[in-house]
Amino acid sequence: MKKVVIYVLGIIAVMGLSGCGYNTMQMNEEAVKAAWGDVEATYQRRNDLIPNLVEVVKGYAKHEKETLQAVTEARGKVGSIQAGANVVNDPKAFSQFQEAQASMSSALSRLLVVVERYPDLKANQNFRDLQVQLEGTENRINVARTRYNKAVQEFNTSIRIFPNSLTNSLLLHLKPKEPFKAEAGAEKAPQVKF
Amino acid sequence: MSSEFGVRRQKRKRNKEAENSARRVAMQVVLFSILFFVAFSFGPNRQLDSILRSDPSVDDGCPGLWNSELVSLPAANAAEIPALKGYINDYANMMSPSIRSKLTNELREFERTDSTQIVVLTISSLAGQPIEDFSIKVAEAWKIGQKGKDSGIILIVASQERKMRIEVGRGLEGKLTDLTAGRIIDLVIKPRFKRGDFNGGFVAGVAAVIDATKGEFKADDAIPPQKKKSFSPLFTILLFGGIGLLIMGSFSRVLGGIAGAIGLPAAAYLTAGASIFTLVLFGILGLVMGIFLPFLFSGMGHGRGGMFFPGGWYLGSGGGGSGGDFDSGGGFSSGGGDFGGGGASGDW
Repeated sequence: MKKVVIYVLGIIAVMGLSGCGYNTMQMNEEAVKAAWGDVEATYQRRNDLIPNLVEVVKGYAKHEKETLQAVTEARGKVGSIQAGANVVNDPKAFSQFQEAQASMSSALSRLLVVVERYPDLKANQNFRDLQVQLEGTENRINVARTRYNKAVQEFNTSIRIFPNSLTNSLLLHLKPKEPFKAEAGAEKAPQVKF
Repeated sequence: MSSEFGVRRQKRKRNKEAENSARRVAMQVVLFSILFFVAFSFGPNRQLDSILRSDPSVDDGCPGLWNSELVSLPAANAAEIPALKGYINDYANMMSPSIRSKLTNELREFERTDSTQIVVLTISSLAGQPIEDFSIKVAEAWKIGQKGKDSGIILIVASQERKMRIEVGRGLEGKLTDLTAGRIIDLVIKPRFKRGDFNGGFVAGVAAVIDATKGEFKADDAIPPQKKKSFSPLFTILLFGGIGLLIMGSFSRVLGGIAGAIGLPAAAYLTAGASIFTLVLFGILGLVMGIFLPFLFSGMGHGRGGMFFPGGWYLGSGGGGSGGDFDSGGGFSSGGGDFGGGGASGDW
């Protein structure tokens, strides 16, 4: 009889685990990782576009060395950062990644402002194609970031709500993950110099 | 030693019945508390889930009170997304009726042959938000394209802002690249729209999109993978539940019956979100299973069940889960295609 009771308790424990959100939390963490994969892929896509863009702009705007250099440097910095799924669990690496990508974004937008001064370049079909691709990529980045933040929100909530928080503190020890914050400087209006 | 054992044995014999009934009551109490705990701890998560996906139609009957302060309602923009009516959703009245039906036929035929789903949406105003943001929200809400193939395309036009966008599903990003989409907008649609020829712009634009995506997918009648997915957790729970039933049932048949009547519909409800009718059916099935399963397996079912406990009483508080399929009529249904923000925008 005792044996049976132990079996029953065992089954109750297993059922209780799924009831306490053990599986939910695991699923949510995997969702965060998948969303992070998308974020990385879209940023990589942008990075791959940069050399072509720099080449095309160079042909028309030789005098904008500084701006072009800034873009190339930012790209190098982004490339040097060790990205990967573990970034999600490391707030420091995450903020590093975010910072590098933000400086890339600002260098790029400066370049696109400079380009306005060169009508020939703007009329160049090659450049226009690149611009469309860049726009598309920026949009993808935006979407991927939003989805990542959503996945993180879901995950963070799922480790905080009641029965799950208990399971987490006893068994899983998952930490809340960082969402993307609005890019630094995005709240400031761009400066226009004449 | 042996005499002591004998006495103990006698004593046990005498107390057997009382002991048995006491144990039965204790087990029932334990079982009920477990079942309620499981049901409750599932409930709030599901509710949270549905809110996070900003889908107000999903509502389970479980009261998830203790999480209410964590779940503020962010679903403010959901209302602005228009309902999916079919291939052509001309909310801004930019097309003539004949063009509308012509395009509908064209797109239906294209989906039949290529399984690629192209949908057109026109709205009068974006209400201040960028068309990219609006477009991805529509794509997420409508889920155009087949699940697994992600073969959906949405052509969105905002008449007041004079903006348009082609939103491309993930599966078609290879054929209809941002660049191609951008060229279709710039070279095909934009010049016609500029002239005020909206009918011509839509016809030519849709034709260009069809040309670009032709041959990427072939139509097939494969069973959507969706079904397989929802099957596996149910199966696991049923397996565990079945073992639990066997053990419960070996204590008493009533206990097994109750466990079955509650456990089976609960499992079905939690995994698949079944309707009330199926829940009742599952309840009866579970009751029968709980009573006879242990009997069949072991034949050691002692204790003929006391009084009959009506199965399926739990259903009263169960509430109706929302059904899975949605079909907007006219042979049109969207399948669950995924969008990743691919495509291009333009204006005229």
